[in-house]
Amino acid sequence: MVKENSNNDIDFSEAPPRVNEWRRFSRVFFARRLVIFGLLVLFLLVVTAIFAPLLAPYNPYKQDMRSTLQQPNSEHLLGTDSLGRDTLSRLIYGSRTTILVGFATTGFAAVVGVILGLIAGYFSNTIINMIIMRIMDLLISFPMIILALFMAALLGGGIQNVIIALAISTLPGYARVMHGLTLSTKENDYILVEQAMGSSKQRIMLSHILPNALPPMIVLITLQLGTIILAEAGLSFLGIGIKPPGAAWGAMVNDGYRYLISNPILSFAPGIAIMLVVFAFNMVGDGLRDALDPRLRGII
Amino acid sequence: MVQYFNWVSRVLQGDLGRSVFHNESVGKLIAKRLPITAHIGVLSFIVATILGTLSGLLAGLRRGKLADQIVTPLAYVGITVPIFWLGILLVYAFGLKLGWLPIGGYTSPFEDFWLNARQLIMPVVCASVLGLASMSRQMRSSVLEVARQDYIRTAWSKGLRERAIVFKHMLKNSLIPVITLMGFAVGMIFGGSVFIETVFNIPGMGRLMVSSIFNQDYVVVQATTLIFGAIVLLVNLIVDISYGWLDPRIRYG
Repeated sequence: MVKENSNNDIDFSEAPPRVNEWRRFSRVFFARRLVIFGLLVLFLLVVTAIFAPLLAPYNPYKQDMRSTLQQPNSEHLLGTDSLGRDTLSRLIYGSRTTILVGFATTGFAAVVGVILGLIAGYFSNTIINMIIMRIMDLLISFPMIILALFMAALLGGGIQNVIIALAISTLPGYARVMHGLTLSTKENDYILVEQAMGSSKQRIMLSHILPNALPPMIVLITLQLGTIILAEAGLSFLGIGIKPPGAAWGAMVNDGYRYLISNPILSFAPGIAIMLVVFAFNMVGDGLRDALDPRLRGII
Repeated sequence: MVQYFNWVSRVLQGDLGRSVFHNESVGKLIAKRLPITAHIGVLSFIVATILGTLSGLLAGLRRGKLADQIVTPLAYVGITVPIFWLGILLVYAFGLKLGWLPIGGYTSPFEDFWLNARQLIMPVVCASVLGLASMSRQMRSSVLEVARQDYIRTAWSKGLRERAIVFKHMLKNSLIPVITLMGFAVGMIFGGSVFIETVFNIPGMGRLMVSSIFNQDYVVVQATTLIFGAIVLLVNLIVDISYGWLDPRIRYG
């Protein structure tokens, strides 16, 4: 099934390191069929989100009181909800919410987290490090979903506030990993050389420490995307986030819950969509980790 | 700022404030609901820990065999499934279609123990699934790691029985990374209570927090967040202390 240690199978005598870095990467990355499956799912997700108006058979917001709660049929492939809206179309438009929240949150959290971790790591043993890392410790001590709920309650509903709330709750993860990576990279001799040559602190941090930390960060970001999408679905399930006419998968699961006996598909379909996307991000993240840096197994 | 300091000093004196919506002191509100959430949380934690470690141990020892081929994909499903959706799925299957279990609610175990037990089966399954799957995965890879160590080879070569090797030498050593996860698992379980108590209609802390957000009862939201944080901190403290017991190499000065 899942092939462990696939990186051990490479014949290093055949592929000299450095020269065929890209080939080595792609060979390990595409070795597992599930990774390819994950990439395919993500590709479909992005295509669906971009071409939603062309793909959706109906207007996802248009209510049709004559055809409410229909079972799946040839006109409505996944049936309709209690307001007569086509489930498939809402599912397709929901992918936009998923993508928007997923990428905006992760981007925001990763950039801020990496900068904070970099600064804290570079200025270790100073007050700056202490302030940043203690705040991160404080944030990390709350369960992520509780912190996100609390932030959302403070900021009020709306999709941009959900993005901010989720970003703040996941930010400490990036800061901590980046902090650790900076601490270990800083000890290398070439950093000492740079310092001796009089390079500025910004230059050392941005063009020497940051690039070295990129591979693990890319892996972390990919894996975090799945977590964020799961958390966003959770918040919208609880009714926090996107406002009613908008389509979000988590909210669709909740809407369908009331009609579970008669129309179970209303809850089941969006749940399967959430699971598939989260699974795809986890698979691609695992594949990236094995291909970029197998030593990270168990750390991230 | 002044308000915040007033709030902190009152919290330290045990006064969490007064709920505007319920017109009751927040302390009392929480005192009624915390035992329910804790009941489900503790049960889920026990289920997740025992099944997670054992299934991971089994999958690691029988790598590539049938047991591994069942456990590994299931653990993957476990970390990707949205728990609120899993709850709805269970309600549909066991509550509505088969009619084996009540679809929700909470009765005190002192009132009706069997009804309580039946009501808790589905919530505990949902609450434990994420922690269980993560621990199982961690346990599997840590067993694979430990099995390669020299002392295990020594144990095999001096002719110890498999049971002795697994339970005396491998279990304790592979548990160390899993213990770290236990702290996270408690966070996942208590964080998940906001979903589980919504799906199964259980009057606990999680639902109190969600309903207070909608009632704009911020004193209660603040207090529940604080309590959840305190629980996780406490568990992490216990986890840190237990390292020393599991691994004598770690000593706190």
